[in-house]
Amino acid sequence: MNRFIFIGLLLFLGFLLLDLGSRSLALDSRSVFETTLANGLKVLLLENRKAPVVSVQVWYNVGSREEPLGKSGLTHLGEHLMFRGTARYGPKMFSRVIQKNGGQDNAFTSRDYTAYYSNLAADRIAIPLELEADRMTNLLVDEQKFRTELQVVQEERRLRIKDDPVASLYEEINAVAFKSHPYQRPVIGWMEDLETLAHRDFQEFYKTYYRPGNAVLVVAGDLQRETLLPLIEKTFGRVAAGSPPPRIQVKEPPQEAQKRVVLQRPEARLPYVALAFHVPAFPHPDAFPLEVMSHILAGGKSSRMYRKMVYEEQLALEVDADFPFNSKDPHLFYLAAQAMPGKTPEAIERRLQEELLEWERRPPDPEEIERAKNRIEAGFIFSQDSIFSQAMILGKYQTLGDWRGIEQFLPGIRTVTQDDLLRVYRTYFKSGNRTIGVLIPAGLSR
Amino acid sequence: MMTKVLLMLLSLALAPSLASTSAFSGEIARKTTLPNGLTLIVAERPQLPTVHLQVTIRAGAAADPTERRGVANLTAETLLQGTTTQEAQTINRRIEAVGGSINSGADRDFATIGLSVLKKDLGLGLEILADVLMHPLFSEQELARKVAEMKARLHRMEEEPRQVVQLAFAEKLFGSHPYAHPVEGTLKGLEAIRRSDVQGFYEAFYRPNNAAITIVGQVSLEEAVSRVSKALENWKPVPVRRPSPTTPPAVRAPQVVKIDRPISQANLIWGHLGIARSNPDYYALQVMNYILGGGGFVSRLMDQIRDNLGLTYGIYSHFNALEYPGSFVISVETQNQNTNRAVSEIRKEIRRYLEKGVTETELAEAKAYLTGSFPLRMDTNAKTVRLLSAMEIYGLGLDYPEKYPQWINGVTAEEVLRVARKYLHPEQFLLVVAGDQKEIALQDVPEIRDQKPEVR
Repeated sequence: MNRFIFIGLLLFLGFLLLDLGSRSLALDSRSVFETTLANGLKVLLLENRKAPVVSVQVWYNVGSREEPLGKSGLTHLGEHLMFRGTARYGPKMFSRVIQKNGGQDNAFTSRDYTAYYSNLAADRIAIPLELEADRMTNLLVDEQKFRTELQVVQEERRLRIKDDPVASLYEEINAVAFKSHPYQRPVIGWMEDLETLAHRDFQEFYKTYYRPGNAVLVVAGDLQRETLLPLIEKTFGRVAAGSPPPRIQVKEPPQEAQKRVVLQRPEARLPYVALAFHVPAFPHPDAFPLEVMSHILAGGKSSRMYRKMVYEEQLALEVDADFPFNSKDPHLFYLAAQAMPGKTPEAIERRLQEELLEWERRPPDPEEIERAKNRIEAGFIFSQDSIFSQAMILGKYQTLGDWRGIEQFLPGIRTVTQDDLLRVYRTYFKSGNRTIGVLIPAGLSR
Repeated sequence: MMTKVLLMLLSLALAPSLASTSAFSGEIARKTTLPNGLTLIVAERPQLPTVHLQVTIRAGAAADPTERRGVANLTAETLLQGTTTQEAQTINRRIEAVGGSINSGADRDFATIGLSVLKKDLGLGLEILADVLMHPLFSEQELARKVAEMKARLHRMEEEPRQVVQLAFAEKLFGSHPYAHPVEGTLKGLEAIRRSDVQGFYEAFYRPNNAAITIVGQVSLEEAVSRVSKALENWKPVPVRRPSPTTPPAVRAPQVVKIDRPISQANLIWGHLGIARSNPDYYALQVMNYILGGGGFVSRLMDQIRDNLGLTYGIYSHFNALEYPGSFVISVETQNQNTNRAVSEIRKEIRRYLEKGVTETELAEAKAYLTGSFPLRMDTNAKTVRLLSAMEIYGLGLDYPEKYPQWINGVTAEEVLRVARKYLHPEQFLLVVAGDQKEIALQDVPEIRDQKPEVR
């Protein structure tokens, strides 16, 4: 369970939990308290007393995006190593202390950020603050612990990617869709890179990025700001500032030609096809129509792709349209379908392409647009059911720019028009901007 | 050094003793029975303008007839695929137009219909819910569509190593018991199911006196009673007779099933029969299993096999306590070549457990987690509706959140050892291994050297 890489969820199950919350939240500047400690740590507090619990999260502004060539997987490995102990709280103590206080803790790494969280009863709030502040700069990881954890991560890669044909397909798609941006590399890392990572790589990485000025502390839930702030000062306030990490600027050159990857796997049973297009992310204004588009295409059972491909034609077992609204640099809009038994990858690919052509032939009507907006807006309200996801959204927006960006979300969605939806289609969904990924069960004759 | 660390931890961790059970001193929900026998449980949560609702019907896959495996889930899923007055597409469009959602399916012991809507749309939600509950059409066309989907899902499980090994384990362990097959059913069962089977299953079990509705959100019990009664007043009770499957025979000797797959990791499940949810040893076993392999990063299995040896990304043990005795499993994935090592480490940990039991520290920490984390099981309305429904279906009572810590805190180290010795069977197990059998070269299980493993 622990030490997940969230990229898996983001990419392959994009419709799951994160999406419920990530794009929508009834947060306004009045409900969030913001401050910055002298050492540069950004602090965001959100009071919400619906349950006697709190979520304490520390977000570091480092993801696989920051990894040097040949060091893919270092960020995610670092996330694992953060649980290997400090001088004060020895190895294996972090989760043990949280759990014996009735809490649950975990962490995740994405291409843009690394985050740690503890959810627990509100009266235990001091405990994760102490532990997180401690491991921000005091981690003790020797060669032996490094080696063992590296093995764990290699097992994780086998589990999540190597033995999962669909996950392997997405890895291949990303690797060719980007020609220079580090987004081409998997968050969990290439096996060959993992094999050559060295203990000193980690030490240097940790020293560079685990600094208060490169982090955001988010606390949400049943909290008292007056008592909490002194606690934060007493724990995180004592961490030395350090020097700011280098900032990486990379601009992916435009795609000039259509690309195709075909992956054959003997253990696969059902063909799977994904189309990927380079698109901008928030705060680019086109992110809003792209978000609405993803809902009209595959959000719910009344969406275009579900209704036609799954229900009427029984061509696909599942369909998906996934757009990472929040991303540090522009990423990809994915359109995908898993075939029903007996259906060919060619039929699925043709049908996905047709679905896109249909966008212009039969542009989304007012009812479709309204339904998508209502779904997004209701998601906005439902997301507040969980203080954990509220803290997640704050952490994510702040790490990628500014948490106040959340306030632009719903207004931005509401103003999307049919013209916007056609414009983004014409701008981004061109064949030269397309990468096609096809998974063929090797037993299937072509 | 060690003392300092311990003292530090004690002062941190034990300051306010056992966590927030006080959160439940009040009423967590209210319950009533409507004239037609329907149980209604309501937890009013006024903070958000939303409603989460779950209908729970005692009509799970355990009620599947032997020759019709899959009928329970097919009935539950096809419920939403059209009624006498509206088509599937209409239902989907209407509920999604207001940003709501409705879904249905079967679990082992019960079927559910879940509904989430904004408070303002509760009327629409209840209207649709009542219609699908009372007037499902089960048209031949929709049934055929769902059967094809279920077959496809079964087919897809074959490419997911964890599913492959789970399916084989359950099939071998439960034999002719309905827990042997996934809720989707079996290919044979799905092919045999006719419309009349689904209709008959629905008529027999989808009755108000065999169901409960749980509502969590901006609704009071009074409002819920009035609205649900009105929506479902024509739902008629009839006496319900549920089949009770015979308990499968215990594993008597070590058994091994090998499944050859061209993958890089061996996925394995080691286990045997477990307990029913009603077993009074359930709470002692919760504590026992937390320490063994249920406690995530603090469990012994995780500590040794992942953290010390780096053999896996994750290892867990679990008692699947259901209406009828379920399974006890330890599941792990490891590089093919390390399989023998992992199996031997698992067996070592179990033997050590049975010989020496647990320490007082382990016991105290397990209890502190199990009781202290209870608030996290109901910190959202979505989680609360599921917990309250499970409490109802397994007869735990509305005071369960208050009783649970008492039961857990009453467990002693002696009791942990007693239940470990009673319910863990290191010599009578079933081991299923999926992976590249050539690389795995399974050998290090002394008791089975002379037995011929089943190869699939």
